[in-house]
Amino acid sequence: MNKHILKIAGAGGLSSLLAFGVAQAQDPITLTVVSWGGAYTESQVRAYHEPYMEMNPHITIVNDDGSANALAGLRAQSQAGNVTWDLVDMLPSDAQLACDEGILLQIDHDEMLEPAPDGTPASEDFYDGSLGECYVSSIVYSTVLTYNREMFPEDKQPSTINDLFDPEGYPGRRALQDRPGTNLEWALYADGVDRDEIYDVLRTEEGQDRAFEKLSTIKDHLLFWTEGAQAPQLLADQEVSFTTGYNGRIFNAAQVEGQPFEIIWDGQIVEWDGWVIPAGGQHEEEVLKFVRWATDTQRLADQAKYISYGPARASSADLVGEHADLGIDMAPHMPTAPKNYQTPILLNNDFWTDYGDELRERFANWMLQ
Amino acid sequence: MTQADASAGSTASSPTEGLVTADGVSLKRSLQRAERRRRLMAFLLVSPLLAFILIIFIWPIAQMMWRSVDNPQVVEALPRTLEALEEWDGEGLPGEEVYAALARDFIEDQKLPRIEQKAGPLGIRLNYELSAARGAVARTVGDVPDFEPPYKEAFLDAHRLWGSTELWRVIEREGRPLTASYYVAATDREYNADGDIVLRDENRRIYVPLFGRTLGLSLTILGLTFLLGFPIAYYMSILPMRTANLLMICVLLPFWTSLLVRTTAWIVLLQQQGVINETLIAAGLLTDDGRLSLMYNMTGTVVAMTHILLPFMVLPLYSVMRTIPPSYMRAAKSLGATPFTAFRRVYFPQTLPGIGAGGVLVFIIAIGYYITPALVGGQDGRMISNEIARHMQQSLNWGLAAALGTMLLVGVLILYWAYNRLVGTDSLKLG
Repeated sequence: MNKHILKIAGAGGLSSLLAFGVAQAQDPITLTVVSWGGAYTESQVRAYHEPYMEMNPHITIVNDDGSANALAGLRAQSQAGNVTWDLVDMLPSDAQLACDEGILLQIDHDEMLEPAPDGTPASEDFYDGSLGECYVSSIVYSTVLTYNREMFPEDKQPSTINDLFDPEGYPGRRALQDRPGTNLEWALYADGVDRDEIYDVLRTEEGQDRAFEKLSTIKDHLLFWTEGAQAPQLLADQEVSFTTGYNGRIFNAAQVEGQPFEIIWDGQIVEWDGWVIPAGGQHEEEVLKFVRWATDTQRLADQAKYISYGPARASSADLVGEHADLGIDMAPHMPTAPKNYQTPILLNNDFWTDYGDELRERFANWMLQ
Repeated sequence: MTQADASAGSTASSPTEGLVTADGVSLKRSLQRAERRRRLMAFLLVSPLLAFILIIFIWPIAQMMWRSVDNPQVVEALPRTLEALEEWDGEGLPGEEVYAALARDFIEDQKLPRIEQKAGPLGIRLNYELSAARGAVARTVGDVPDFEPPYKEAFLDAHRLWGSTELWRVIEREGRPLTASYYVAATDREYNADGDIVLRDENRRIYVPLFGRTLGLSLTILGLTFLLGFPIAYYMSILPMRTANLLMICVLLPFWTSLLVRTTAWIVLLQQQGVINETLIAAGLLTDDGRLSLMYNMTGTVVAMTHILLPFMVLPLYSVMRTIPPSYMRAAKSLGATPFTAFRRVYFPQTLPGIGAGGVLVFIIAIGYYITPALVGGQDGRMISNEIARHMQQSLNWGLAAALGTMLLVGVLILYWAYNRLVGTDSLKLG
């Protein structure tokens, strides 16, 4: 008996020694992954980076919170001929811009990404619009209107985008992001434009005038935020009674930190966010392996345990479970939950890459006045 | 021999003519040689610093300025089209041969490896001049290999902008290796249909008002740091050394604190639910509805930046005031001057070098500031550097950022030159 145990122990020791030898044989590699910081990076670390490093001891993943200025960083590294970022998390519109400049690796989706467990190829399993020439989405998030419950009487809590534009009925200052995207859409939506026609209207001069006029009606009540973390802070300090913000950060503030925030899902502006691979990086092969693994069905569902962003694959939807620390069911907090997804506006990236330059100037001018 | 040497040696030059040193070389030659060696030594000693400044300061600035006129995108992407466009008179749409050339350019471009393709940068470049031009290029270029002649119709079907004379005017205008269009945009102007430079639509003018505001804010901050800094510096200069040093630490303390920490501290103090508002309400000076907006506007920027820049005013002032002998004031008073006259005519003029140095420092730092205005400035406390940063980091329009930056740099140099003419930099005293 004892002999037997010894034998097993010996075999185990030998095999672990062997495994150790194999791991040692592979050169240690450090991958630099650029993302948005805060709760979002945290969710990626727990869902992707840590398990991957455990499976592949020779790989170390380092985080860089540089996504807000990823475009400038990518271009600068590419022009300097020294690409130090291996993988970058960015928005699809920025990704398209960088892709047009030729500084990203092109992605053959069916070739480079894992199919769904039932064999559906990646290009069909990912939701429409979530894949780009150089781009793989991992999440769908939304920009939502949120308010502080304590700042309104219990019998008169706001519930629609229209309430944002009604400072008499719902007093208090409002914080918006300091860019035209999302704000112009909401202005038109509140002005009675059909959700499907918002971008058609916004393409016309009159439509733009109309949006800015609507925004001007509440201009005296507005503050502007720049960084995603500012929005929940302003609302928690009761500096504003409404703010716009990313639904994951609001979820975090409300559920994890217990702030009295309520999300208004009406008119939520839905967008993708995901990975691009800089061209000319030093660890292309390793990065592709990581991306293949980190965008498979189970991994995308795993990320939803840590933050309330929906997975970008249809096959992940049913695997979304409970929050890892709070134990609450995550499905109702997803932007795509049927109850929340009643009146969404899908952010049109083509529109913003075409008209963004012009409208940003006009928005800056409007803020100056 | 340089002028300085000549004049320095002028009194002694004639006697040295005929003199020789012990080894028979003319004294003048020998002196020259020694002088040359000395200068070479001096040059060698500063050369690491010189090289350092050239490489990491002058060269990047020159490169950045170059970007404001550099315009390779159209020339590189559409060589054949531009050649064919030479025939075009600018009226109506160009002919079939231009569209055929465009098709050839796009097809050739598609054959290059992705990273060398020029169509992407072309679309981004054209979009700066004309909205939706990026879409016109991006959504056409992939289909061009399937186009059949006549190409004109094929392009017009592919995207509406190919049928717009405006787009063709932009292509013709920007089809040169150098451009003025970034400066045109940076001064809130644009080209009209005749190619003349005209003011932009009123609702798109931003940069000129922002330059004006930046100048105004910087001067306000300069004035405030002077008003606050002068008494502090004076007080420190008359105190005994030990007490003065203690005060000096208080002045320097903010210097040793991170900029972001200081700015965040101001947010805590100034916001509507912040310390100042709460104190005033507790004291009964404000009602709950009448809270002051001290932040996310110009007030916030002015308050926070005045605090951050105050040491730059106090330090030069203090170092100058220390050197003014107190006996001058006593002498003025004993000769019958009132304290105010003595201050105005005797003391104040002697502090001018310190005021000049502090003023130049504060003003030049203030005019290029951007972190603090971005955090506490809200919509009307922003400065031109915030726009430059946005174009550098987010819109990625480095040409426009470079044009704005160059204008700011040249503006500062002009102001410095004017200061030099009016006051003279000799009088600057930094410590």
